[in-house]
Amino acid sequence: MDSTSLIAVASIVMAGFTTGIGCMMPAIGEGKAVASALSSLAQQPDAAPTITRTLFVGLAMIESTAIYCFVVSMILIFANPFWNHIIAK
Amino acid sequence: MKLSPDETIFWQYGFFTINLTLVTTWALMIVLIVAARLITRKLSTGITISRWQCMLEIIVTGINNQIKDIGLKNPNEYIGFIGTLFLFIGISNLFIIFPGYTPPTASLSTTAALAISVFIAVPFFGISKSGLGGYLKSYLKPTFIMLPFNLISEASRTLALAVRLFGNVMSGGMIVAILLSISPFIFPVIMNVLGLLTGMVQAYIFSILATVYITAAVHDSKKTAKPELVTNNKTNNNG
Repeated sequence: MDSTSLIAVASIVMAGFTTGIGCMMPAIGEGKAVASALSSLAQQPDAAPTITRTLFVGLAMIESTAIYCFVVSMILIFANPFWNHIIAK
Repeated sequence: MKLSPDETIFWQYGFFTINLTLVTTWALMIVLIVAARLITRKLSTGITISRWQCMLEIIVTGINNQIKDIGLKNPNEYIGFIGTLFLFIGISNLFIIFPGYTPPTASLSTTAALAISVFIAVPFFGISKSGLGGYLKSYLKPTFIMLPFNLISEASRTLALAVRLFGNVMSGGMIVAILLSISPFIFPVIMNVLGLLTGMVQAYIFSILATVYITAAVHDSKKTAKPELVTNNKTNNNG
């Protein structure tokens, strides 16, 4: 395999892995966060506004890791610096 | 495929470029300013108020209550900054209901500018509360060993703010664009509705996080100034 196709294969495969693993792990984390928030909501419905706000902020924190993975795989596919370097040569 | 509206350039002369992001941002600012002027031109304190005034009152009261809930005692000092952030991001994400519109928050330059303004506003509010020395001492909390970590968290949370908003809005548009080529009729509409929801949630998150950072700076500095008065619970402020 020459370097052009090697870079293409590595980029595409790694983009898939990045999004795949980067979706799985934050999904587990978000599930745990939502589950414990729901059980505490059932125990203390009076604290609903505080729990909901904290839950939203925490979910956004967790989800941003998934977003980082998505951005990295988008860069690998659409704006790959190594690919651009090879193409420009 | 275009990753960001920065790549649509209308006019270019040397260093200066006018691209779609700039045009949309200025159009949004004009819309916000004109709408605010039109609504607040004839405010009434009577029993019946106009519908637009009611909407504006709901928004302002809601933002004030949220700021107060997080722990800033006097929300009127901060609503100018936090409310502007929320309204700008919210409106720019809401306008994706118009066809052909690209939200300016889908460009990393806009979100980086917003995050940098938060980065500047945090020491601004902290210093205005307790002076330069009191604010700088808050970096030495709990001990001086934490100084590099405090500095790193300051920089990393700014980066996280920018990339989070950019990634969410950009991914919404990107998913719709990809789905349009696969199943062009109904499904992109549903994803667009989801994009509306995430857009509003991201606007909320961005302003809430800005409030949390400002609260941490203000309270930490106050603790340095008068240690006996404050008994608040420390909010976790790592981006």
